[in-house]
Amino acid sequence: PHALVFLEHRAGVIDSGSLSALTAAQQLGGELTGLVLGAPDEVKVVAEEAQKLKGVNTILHSASPQYATPLPEVVAPLLEKLLSDSSPFTHLVSAHSSSAKSILPRVAARLDVPAVSDITSVQHDASSGETTFVRPIYAGNAISTVVASSDIPIKVFTVRSTAFAAAAATDAKAELKLVDPVEVSDVSTTHIKTSLTKSDRPELGVASRIVSGGRALKNAETFEKTLYPLADVLGAAVGASRAAVDAGYADNSLQVGQTGKVVAPELYIAVGISGAIQHLAGMKDSKMIVAINKDADAPIFQVADAGLVADLFEAVPELTEKLKSA
Amino acid sequence: MRPSPARLLNILVPVKRAVDYAVKIRVNPQQTGVDTNVKHSMNPFDEIAVEEAVRLREKLKNSIESIKLVSIGPSKCSETLRTGLAMGADSAIHIETPDSAPAPEPLGVAKALRQIIAKQEVGVDIVILGKQAIDDDAGQTGQMLAGLLGWSQATFASKVDIDVEKKEATVLREIDGGSEEIRCRLPVIITTDLRLNEPRYASLPNIMKAKKKPIEKLTPEQLGVDLTPRLQTNKVSEPPKRVGGAKVENVDQLIEKLKEAGFAAA
Repeated sequence: PHALVFLEHRAGVIDSGSLSALTAAQQLGGELTGLVLGAPDEVKVVAEEAQKLKGVNTILHSASPQYATPLPEVVAPLLEKLLSDSSPFTHLVSAHSSSAKSILPRVAARLDVPAVSDITSVQHDASSGETTFVRPIYAGNAISTVVASSDIPIKVFTVRSTAFAAAAATDAKAELKLVDPVEVSDVSTTHIKTSLTKSDRPELGVASRIVSGGRALKNAETFEKTLYPLADVLGAAVGASRAAVDAGYADNSLQVGQTGKVVAPELYIAVGISGAIQHLAGMKDSKMIVAINKDADAPIFQVADAGLVADLFEAVPELTEKLKSA
Repeated sequence: MRPSPARLLNILVPVKRAVDYAVKIRVNPQQTGVDTNVKHSMNPFDEIAVEEAVRLREKLKNSIESIKLVSIGPSKCSETLRTGLAMGADSAIHIETPDSAPAPEPLGVAKALRQIIAKQEVGVDIVILGKQAIDDDAGQTGQMLAGLLGWSQATFASKVDIDVEKKEATVLREIDGGSEEIRCRLPVIITTDLRLNEPRYASLPNIMKAKKKPIEKLTPEQLGVDLTPRLQTNKVSEPPKRVGGAKVENVDQLIEKLKEAGFAAA
């Protein structure tokens, strides 16, 4: 097998989701080629960083002003070209990121092959040409094992980053190859602006510790006042339940759950979260779950390793203070 | 009606019948799938898509010529279509498959939708559908359809504005860590995110009216598409059970536990 891994980057740094996708692609047991796209002034730095990643044989890099914000309409033609005709590639791999999951299915359809989303395990049988994937369905309430046979010439899949460790940097240097961009004239979609939520805390998707709050936090002000000090003392990211986001206590980008972020940190502290199925789907693979809730019957306690039935407005400040002085 | 310089817009909304979001999922004993002998309803993201189409008409009035639904699946999909018609869509197409047929994959669905679009004499300018279905969680159909047609795509929409004169859609999209705004030339495929809108409940008079709205029936054969899955599902299993339920009495005991696990200085 020979996998082409779509590597995403932001501000000159390769996304950790892409590093996990590389680790997954490595488990196919064959050659690995990474693809880096971007504006002319940024690609070189990222390609040189990618060159050192463990297991990578080749880095393809392509620069064009059109690749500064990778719109599917612009990126798909290049991927299509790389994967067509006498292409050496057998797999197309990426993170299950908002950008890649917009691009890969578009490419798959152009190549007339199915795609497999959000996989948590992958295995390739070189003799039969079959790839077997494991992926959650029904928001993680069932686990499906699917096989792509040798009839599917290119297996396209996106990777759940929490299921694979990030590929590490090594002293090795993979070969760099320049690829001509496929210029798309008269693009039907224009990028206007990107607004990223600024935060000094770790990013939710990759944080090893998360403090998450629910509707019981009452309002945006008490959400911040109660949770942020605890997150700071633990060096944790802040998350929120859908109810808390819908009520306006926290930004959309902080939502943990089936329709938000799926996280699996070392420590997840659920504060004032009852634990709806949809929320549990987004965090139940966390190593240690702590729940603080007034309602002893809240479903969150069924998955918690340490459940504290208490008023969060008393317990959380006490916990924060005692951790500070510990 | 005063003559408008812009051609009227036609909206297509593909909807999926899925196991209701509130149902507790159980894997069947044969481990071939989940128990589907439970309550079904319209995939919640598709409900948001229907709502958005209806709101666009409320906003743009006569510029929207038609809102047509399409669903692929067994006979009971007609109930799902009736729900969408009661919300305000005008007509529907049901691509009926045998009850015993396996669920089609996104690529098959996208190909069927492409055929449906080709058959529409008035054309289709906007396709709005859910970003994913809550059963297979694939999240591919919209992008695949956009790829097959070579159309613009706007995934994970949280705000949609249509400029009828310019034939453009300005879409705010939810992306990792924030949002992104893009402008798409029509025709466009839009996939809906959770916060695009809150779907309405159909009123009783509208439910009655929906019973008289037309549902055209077609088969995959008539469309010339093969919906046979190309991936093979070998097994469906229960997720590993999490052993939880341990309680602590107070904050001090909680800190002890955190220390044991190495999260706080001992």
